[in-house]
Amino acid sequence: MKISVQSVTKTFALGKDMFTALDEVSLDIADNEFITVVGPSGCGKSTLLNILAGLEEPTSGRALVDGVPVSGPGPERGVIFQQYALFPWLTVRKNVEFGLKTAGAGKAERRERAQHFIDLVGLGEFADALPKMLSGGMRQRCAIARAYAVNPSILLMDEPFGALDALTRVKLQEQLLDTWSQEQRTVMFITHDVDEAVFLANRVIVMAARPGRIYDVIDVDLPYPRSEDFRLSPEFAVLRNRVWHSVYHQDGRSSADSGTSLPSPATARS
Amino acid sequence: MAVISDQTARGAKPRDRAGGRTRARAGGLPLLLNAVSIGLGIAVWWALALAGLKLPTPPEVVAQAITLIGNGTLGKDVLASLTRVLIGFALGTAAAVPVGFLMGWYAVIRGLVEPWIQFFRTVPPLAIIPLAIVLMGIGEAPKIFVIFLAAFLACVISTFQGVVNVDRTLINAARVLGAKDAGIFARVVVPASTPFILVGMRVGLGSAWATLVAAELIAAQQGLGFRMQNAQLYYDLPTIFVGLISIGILGLLMDRVLLMAERKLTGWQERR
Repeated sequence: MKISVQSVTKTFALGKDMFTALDEVSLDIADNEFITVVGPSGCGKSTLLNILAGLEEPTSGRALVDGVPVSGPGPERGVIFQQYALFPWLTVRKNVEFGLKTAGAGKAERRERAQHFIDLVGLGEFADALPKMLSGGMRQRCAIARAYAVNPSILLMDEPFGALDALTRVKLQEQLLDTWSQEQRTVMFITHDVDEAVFLANRVIVMAARPGRIYDVIDVDLPYPRSEDFRLSPEFAVLRNRVWHSVYHQDGRSSADSGTSLPSPATARS
Repeated sequence: MAVISDQTARGAKPRDRAGGRTRARAGGLPLLLNAVSIGLGIAVWWALALAGLKLPTPPEVVAQAITLIGNGTLGKDVLASLTRVLIGFALGTAAAVPVGFLMGWYAVIRGLVEPWIQFFRTVPPLAIIPLAIVLMGIGEAPKIFVIFLAAFLACVISTFQGVVNVDRTLINAARVLGAKDAGIFARVVVPASTPFILVGMRVGLGSAWATLVAAELIAAQQGLGFRMQNAQLYYDLPTIFVGLISIGILGLLMDRVLLMAERKLTGWQERR
């Protein structure tokens, strides 16, 4: 197993109360798998990602990467944040070179590798632009290039396309799969968009809140490359409906199976 | 992989966009309005002087300025004042930046230093002058000290704020890219707080300049503040005006220099 999450529990103090963000979560992810995690807000999906990234520690249980318990962030795990998190004082090129510089790569090597990934995400023309001059989609592509440049074997993506408009989102999803098929990585991708979850993944993990836990796992047994045809196919629609019900009708399996009741406002918000 | 050309990518190259904005801002109209406003202000002053208020007319002030420049008095005064303010300001900033960083980075240092800074912040630097004169005599030391204090207090608070306000996500982004504490400090915290430091420096410079003139009013043998104080004894209004205008112009020039530095160093910011 590339990633192995073993009975991870994470609790936070919320004033006097304890809030259970993750309750005994276990999950195995194979090498080069692309999994998406979807669920209502407060289901602990970001906490799970942060634990794997080494930015947070589990209260109990453990997270293993390549069989080794995670302790702190590491270059083999690239993280892509929803808010892009580009360094605004650095150009696209310098942003992409940031991790290479930390790793001690020489100037020529940095430049070459950075250029490769900048071209890969289609930002060649903007290599010397500052982030403030880029649109949201371009910023996120720069962040993807930056994560790829340090050559991580795992990519952890926390709602990376959440702040983008629907058109840009669809383009970036296709582009991400494209990049992923060229440079295979194990990907864990968090989203609150059911379509996105099904389109990208070979496995969709549905989480539930209070306490945060894995609610359902849905295999997307359909081949890559995936394109618009896939998005509009009946197979996609079937899976999408399954995931939708699993996400929005978590109060009971029966209502999820009937498929008639509307999502209650409390669970639809996410 | 296919290049995705966003609307923005196709619409304009980044430099063009930035250039367009600068041009719009630096248009001629505001400059013209500034000039008209200054002209009107001088006209009002002149009218008031002629209407019998005890003001010198603009030509009298200009004549006095020429005299003071001619005999070297103004030059010496400006030099004396500038030397004081620049030494005090440089020392104040040089001390404030590291102290502010340490306060923002280490909770222990913050806990130890903050009460003193908060306390001295509520005491106007000018109120320290009597104490400084008693302890340090009437030479340059007490004046430079109060200027140092004024610049330091303004700058340290804002440096500290800058460090505290560094976006957590940027620090996390650096961490996941393999940066350790020292690297995060040098490559994220320092650049991210630069805008705050520069704002602090501007406030500090204004504060230093204000303190300087007041310090010279009380005890000095030279300097713009001293010259005005001296002129007051002889009812020499034109000299007081020359002093006031010099102080204003020098303050403005120094602020512009810092503003230029700020533009250059923090041009990466989204909003200005």
